[in-house]
Amino acid sequence: MSDYKAGSNLEKVLKAGKFAFTGECGPPQGANITKLKEKAAHLKGCVDAVNITDNQTAVVRMSSWAASLTVLQEGVEPNFQMVCRDRNRLAAQSDVLGVYSHGIRNMLCLSGDHQKFGNHPEAKNVFDIDSIQLINVVKTMRDEGKFMNGQEIDVPPKLFIGAASNPFAEPYEFRVFRLAKKIAAGADFIQTQCIYNMVRFRDFMKRVVDMGLHEKCYILAGVTPMKSVGMAQYMAKQVPGMDVPDSLIKRLKGAPKGKAAAEGIKMAVEQIQEFKEMPGVAGVHLMAIEWEHRVREIAELAGMLPRPVV
Amino acid sequence: MSEFVPKIMAFYCSNCATSAAKVSHGMSKTMPSNVHMIHVPCTGRIETLHLLKPFEEGADGVYVAGCQHDSCQYIGGIAKAEKRVLQVKKILEQLGIDPGRIEVFSLSAALGYRFVDIAWEMTEKIRRMGPASMSVNP
Amino acid sequence: MIVAEAKPISEILTMVKGLKKVLVLGCKGCVTVCNVGGAKEAGILASSIRIAGRKEGIMVDVGEHTLERQCDPEYIEEVKDIVPSYDAVVSIACGVGPQFLSERYPGAKVFPGVNTKFMGGAVAHGIWSERCAGCGTCVIHYFGGMCPIARCSKSLMNGPCGGSSHGKCEISKDVDCIWDMIVRKAMDQGRLNDLLEFRPPKSWTTARDGGPRRMIREELVK
Ligand code: SF4
Ligand code: SF4
Repeated sequence: MSDYKAGSNLEKVLKAGKFAFTGECGPPQGANITKLKEKAAHLKGCVDAVNITDNQTAVVRMSSWAASLTVLQEGVEPNFQMVCRDRNRLAAQSDVLGVYSHGIRNMLCLSGDHQKFGNHPEAKNVFDIDSIQLINVVKTMRDEGKFMNGQEIDVPPKLFIGAASNPFAEPYEFRVFRLAKKIAAGADFIQTQCIYNMVRFRDFMKRVVDMGLHEKCYILAGVTPMKSVGMAQYMAKQVPGMDVPDSLIKRLKGAPKGKAAAEGIKMAVEQIQEFKEMPGVAGVHLMAIEWEHRVREIAELAGMLPRPVV
Repeated sequence: MSEFVPKIMAFYCSNCATSAAKVSHGMSKTMPSNVHMIHVPCTGRIETLHLLKPFEEGADGVYVAGCQHDSCQYIGGIAKAEKRVLQVKKILEQLGIDPGRIEVFSLSAALGYRFVDIAWEMTEKIRRMGPASMSVNP
Repeated sequence: MIVAEAKPISEILTMVKGLKKVLVLGCKGCVTVCNVGGAKEAGILASSIRIAGRKEGIMVDVGEHTLERQCDPEYIEEVKDIVPSYDAVVSIACGVGPQFLSERYPGAKVFPGVNTKFMGGAVAHGIWSERCAGCGTCVIHYFGGMCPIARCSKSLMNGPCGGSSHGKCEISKDVDCIWDMIVRKAMDQGRLNDLLEFRPPKSWTTARDGGPRRMIREELVK
């Protein structure tokens, strides 16, 4: 009898006390999975699990569970994402059963971006339950073997439950409490929003450690390498809840012509190295969107390879 | 259509616009006869419906002549009138009628000649637009 | 109150196209208060329909009438003698009005003249804002008297999402993040602990999700 909650590779790596490394990958906007397989190949052996986004930014893509299965078949462990925007409690629970039955062992519970800025702004949203309630639903299904209505489940789905945290969103003072709520609701691991302001994140982590939250849950720090000055400026101004310090933009601007991307990677690598030493941080979640082919390079430079086999 | 003479309804307030009218009269400038003048105590009292009714009854253009913003006796009368004219412009636009058929002007007692000029300018502008409605077959 | 906004006149003109006699029916309830469906607005809409007809050289006979309320059969009865003489009725009450009219006058063509928006109130002159989604089981006492169901874009019950920024919601700088307000109020009152408790999933049986709703008060039924 293993004492793992779900027995996923990610859980094993974290439980063994190794510094975890997860990646991210968006399903295709079509039924063509060639690219998805290529992305999986790039990530294979570089990361412990790969988040498969669920209609991220409210843009329609292949369903996250289907893309998760493709990635799994390619030999990469998926972290299946689910947003509350698109599913009511019936659909959410049935998808949990479905993914488990096909060998998926990690799941990330999210509220989801509002559809207003997606490609179907006319859609009706669901938000039957919120992300914290969803965490609790999946935990209850796993640990008590019960649906939300209390009915017993014939073979409960055992998933390693993840949640997101944005240390930079407002109201700032509440963020650590919201994190605590997610952990109390049943989150086993947390992946944070991408971090650029290291000073503020350190402060956040200090509060996390003071409250002992890092002992109840694994916290993976989010990293997204900047590809260009334009991307940094966009993130700074246009993305709500993102904190991009001016010094970072300045540093990117200072890079020699055509070398901004290389500088971005260098900065990400430095960040990862800093996180390795930061109290309470159990790993890094690298969101290199449409940059899957550069993950190996980043992992290598940051000394994250080879990945542990537990 | 050279002989088209637009029917215009003008609302003017008893303070500034009336003094202006007097001044212009003193200057022996004549008002065009097609402009039907309605004298109101303050342009702020003109309701949206008052501005629509003339069109309903066949007017080709409507305008309001009131005080300057800082000289309205009733505080903000002309500002209210401007808002209502804007609302009527929006309604006319939705009805497929040129919103330029209704305007609002601020006058001061000193600029008497403007009072008459406006009447002539509106007449000329509306004349170029042509009639606002077709003759009605009941 | 119920807050509504006028439909574009062009939409109403399409509804009444070709009709000779139209009744514009206002309501002295909520829609009068939010300046969209009272006697004044009935007059403006009626006039607009006449002007539109006149533009095409057609004389449309547009009647105007405003009822005490259109959500009460007693007042709907008041127009029983005039409705049959019109080709159509444009009700500028909230969505309830045209339906009560349609039910009471099955032979009449009834059109909605406004878009019914939400339950809320005026926060400033000319500005209205939503407050309640009519979920049927009020829970705002858990949230400092503010409703995250109606006022959080995602109806979150356990705290603000990651998109909250400078007190505004991620969907628009014009939308307040209600969770920001809930949290700040709790902090000001020194009651942040109240918000740390897990709020379980809500039962939507009493909301629209439970099917069209009805209320019976036995003591009032005659
Ligand atoms: S909790 Fe329900 S009833 Fe109470 S204000 Fe919100 S939507 Fe309305
Ligand atoms: S920003 Fe605030 S109001 Fe908007 S969805 Fe998030 S929590 Fe709700």
